[in-house]
Amino acid sequence: MAKMTIQEKLAILSDAAKYDASCASSGGSKRDSRKGDGLGSTTGSGICHAYAPDGRCISLLKILMTNFCEFDCAYCINRRSSNVRRARFTVDEVIWLTEEFYRRNYIEGLFLSSGIIRSPDYTMEEMVRIVEGLRARGFRGYVHLKTIPDASPDLIERAGLCADRLSINIELPRDASIKALAPEKDAGEIRKAMGRVRLQKEDFDEPSHTGRRRGKFAPAGQSTQMIVGADDATDADVLGSANRMYGAYGLKRVYYSAFSPIPDASEVLPLKDPPLLREHRLYQADWLLRYYDFGLDEIVNRDGKGMLDLDIDPKLSWALQNRGTFPVDVNRAPRETLLRVPGFGTKIVDRILKARRAGALGLEDIRRMGGRVKAARPFVTTKDHHPAGLLDEAALRARFVKPEQMELF
Amino acid sequence: MHAPRLPRIGTLAAWRDTARRLAAAHADPANVDWGLETDGAPALFDEDLPAPSRSLRVPKAFAELVRTLVPERTGEGMALAYALLVRLQETPGLLGNRADPQVARAEAIAKEIRRDLHKMHAFVRFREVPAPEGAAEGARRRFAAWFEPDHRIEEECAPFFAARFGDMDWRIATPEVLTIFEGGELRLVPHVGLRPDAEDPLEQLWTTYYGSIFNPARLKPDAMRAEMPRKYWRNLPEARAIPDLIAGARARVAAMKDAAPTPARPRPRPAKEAPPMPDPHDDLFAAAGGAPGGSRSLAELAEAAHDCTRCPLHADATQVVFGEGPAEARVMFVGEQPGDREDIAGRPFVGPAGKLFTEQAEAAGLDRSDYYVTNAVKHFKFVQRGKRRIHQKPAASEVSACNWWLRQELAQVDPQLCVAMGATALHALTGSGAGILKRRGAVEQTKDGRPVLVTVHPSYLLRLPDADLREAETAKFRADLARVRELLEERAA
Repeated sequence: MAKMTIQEKLAILSDAAKYDASCASSGGSKRDSRKGDGLGSTTGSGICHAYAPDGRCISLLKILMTNFCEFDCAYCINRRSSNVRRARFTVDEVIWLTEEFYRRNYIEGLFLSSGIIRSPDYTMEEMVRIVEGLRARGFRGYVHLKTIPDASPDLIERAGLCADRLSINIELPRDASIKALAPEKDAGEIRKAMGRVRLQKEDFDEPSHTGRRRGKFAPAGQSTQMIVGADDATDADVLGSANRMYGAYGLKRVYYSAFSPIPDASEVLPLKDPPLLREHRLYQADWLLRYYDFGLDEIVNRDGKGMLDLDIDPKLSWALQNRGTFPVDVNRAPRETLLRVPGFGTKIVDRILKARRAGALGLEDIRRMGGRVKAARPFVTTKDHHPAGLLDEAALRARFVKPEQMELF
Repeated sequence: MHAPRLPRIGTLAAWRDTARRLAAAHADPANVDWGLETDGAPALFDEDLPAPSRSLRVPKAFAELVRTLVPERTGEGMALAYALLVRLQETPGLLGNRADPQVARAEAIAKEIRRDLHKMHAFVRFREVPAPEGAAEGARRRFAAWFEPDHRIEEECAPFFAARFGDMDWRIATPEVLTIFEGGELRLVPHVGLRPDAEDPLEQLWTTYYGSIFNPARLKPDAMRAEMPRKYWRNLPEARAIPDLIAGARARVAAMKDAAPTPARPRPRPAKEAPPMPDPHDDLFAAAGGAPGGSRSLAELAEAAHDCTRCPLHADATQVVFGEGPAEARVMFVGEQPGDREDIAGRPFVGPAGKLFTEQAEAAGLDRSDYYVTNAVKHFKFVQRGKRRIHQKPAASEVSACNWWLRQELAQVDPQLCVAMGATALHALTGSGAGILKRRGAVEQTKDGRPVLVTVHPSYLLRLPDADLREAETAKFRADLARVRELLEERAA
């Protein structure tokens, strides 16, 4: 077989990486190359350099080091039994691609993942060599490394000292599904690996006895991904798993990835359109858990089946079932109550709290400061508005449901 | 009427100076017509401006807001900024009131400018320019870009690129301004630019990446256009691939669905490495970086405990936290259950309470290599509040379910003395945990007749709010631990 060109490898190894939902480049420690001694900067907030026709942003060069893999995870295009074409980048090729793309301002940095070859330690060490190589050449862009759960702690330590973010994908919300669909993976080991990353980060964040920092370990923290729709887990299972991981391992983000058809599917998994709307609702629910002080039970107990309402967003769904807590007086209610009003995000609530010091607010004021008045109307009173019977209307839910299923294609 | 005309480069500084003078002269915002020199001749009724005399006070947030208002294309931003400057002298808290129409409008413009800045950071595409003839080896590489921002944001944007592309020379041309970064020096010059006709060999590679990272099963072109409007496409090399990617998406998905699923390939799975045989000199302690010596049966027990499902606690915990220490230890310390840090680390007594215990044991003259530490319950029990895991006292059923493991440990280690730290441990060892503070300091017996010294759990000390009380209680705890040595010596005698 003729030697593959870098273009052919890039096509294969970025195609293989497109199922990873994360492309974020935020949260890294601030640095720049203004003095001319290196390349790149990270500002702390991410930059999306392009958007693909699937609506997702492209911030990083997201590639696999190789798509050869010894594992046989049913949901994965790179599984051992797949007929997909295989390729492998050399260390220098990845460094070259990252730098050259970066110099042209195509990307914020590198998101490197890999199939597992030879052994977890071998694979991890190759990945670490790439990142260490980049840093040794003065590269200051963002790096996200997908770590191999079974790799030795000192390799993870080297990875964390070069990378802005580390991640380990749990992929499935229930241990039983992992056992069934990813026979070589062990949910317990994955959790332990996330735990070790948390402890390593805490150890590095603590100044030593001389008061000096030993280095910055994964300043943007760690994240994980869960595939939605590959097994029969409910939204309660998915969010419950996410919630536990946020609590135990201090994850910065959990990404939900609708299981989408792959070109060479396994017999075990059906080929269906990806449940994009479900994925969207999970992100909304995740947000409510993290920033709006909602409890898991409040979000997913709607019909006892543990599923989110696909027709309306989870906050609206909660509000409709808890009409007794409304209407909320925009001019008096405390922050935590305002945060529960559909159509009000955290920013709007902060603006309301500031603005109402200057005088009583009306609906038009709220619209002007960016609130979604249409959603909030039935749930609030203002100086010029009272929902009266609106809140008790049996058909209130129907006002918010779009007549047709959202067009996804 | 005032009609200040500001320069195209250095606009912000010029606006600041002019606004200061105008405000000092109490110029009515309605009578100021803001514009640029490049807009044409100044208006007829311009008057000389006084030197700034009145001192003006503005909040910090205003300075930030001005940076994003002045670059606004039509001049409305500069006018609004001046109107707000004047009003701020009377109403210092004005900017916090987003219900105010002028503040709301200013924030709306600022948001648009920030978006324009962000898109310029994102969508500038550099192309490499060949080195000039006779350039030195290792000279800085040269790049050029063309961009068409909606607003006059070149100056605000330049430092971002200078901080990012510090080791190369580059130029960014817009229709009105040329930003030049050469040898580390940044300068901007006004010019009239036209879109150059240029390519870079890397553009093909980049377009390959762009097409491959796109998932056709998730086609959502509207979402793409919302973030990357068409007006930017003509300057983005990868955008040329968009029509074909969209057109081909449905067919690609259909082909995936029509293709028969692949059965597992008859390729032998690489043999998993056999787990290494345990070294007879290895034990829990050695594995955990502690002292050598011990028995393998404890290691086997620990291994077996990993799959324990005797009570529901295993479901939410990360892992079982088994006891550790030498198999021939003369003392066994029993605590309550692992906490947050123990659950993550997989080792007992490594959290705050564990650290306090180790310190106090050392102070009481106990050598870590002489004792075995474990917990009455081996899984972490907690409730989650937001992102925090709050420790929960184990239920009697959980203590009795886990007692099976504790009895195994007692049998293997066969200690001369047990130390029950806290009510749960006391309950697990003696069958009753009631009245711990009264029983503290006493030597009782386990159900199988071993002596048990009763003391408190170190986390009790950490929870005491009063510093003096905490100190006194800690001293008592240390005294309890010191008794361990006496008791051992008595037994030896």
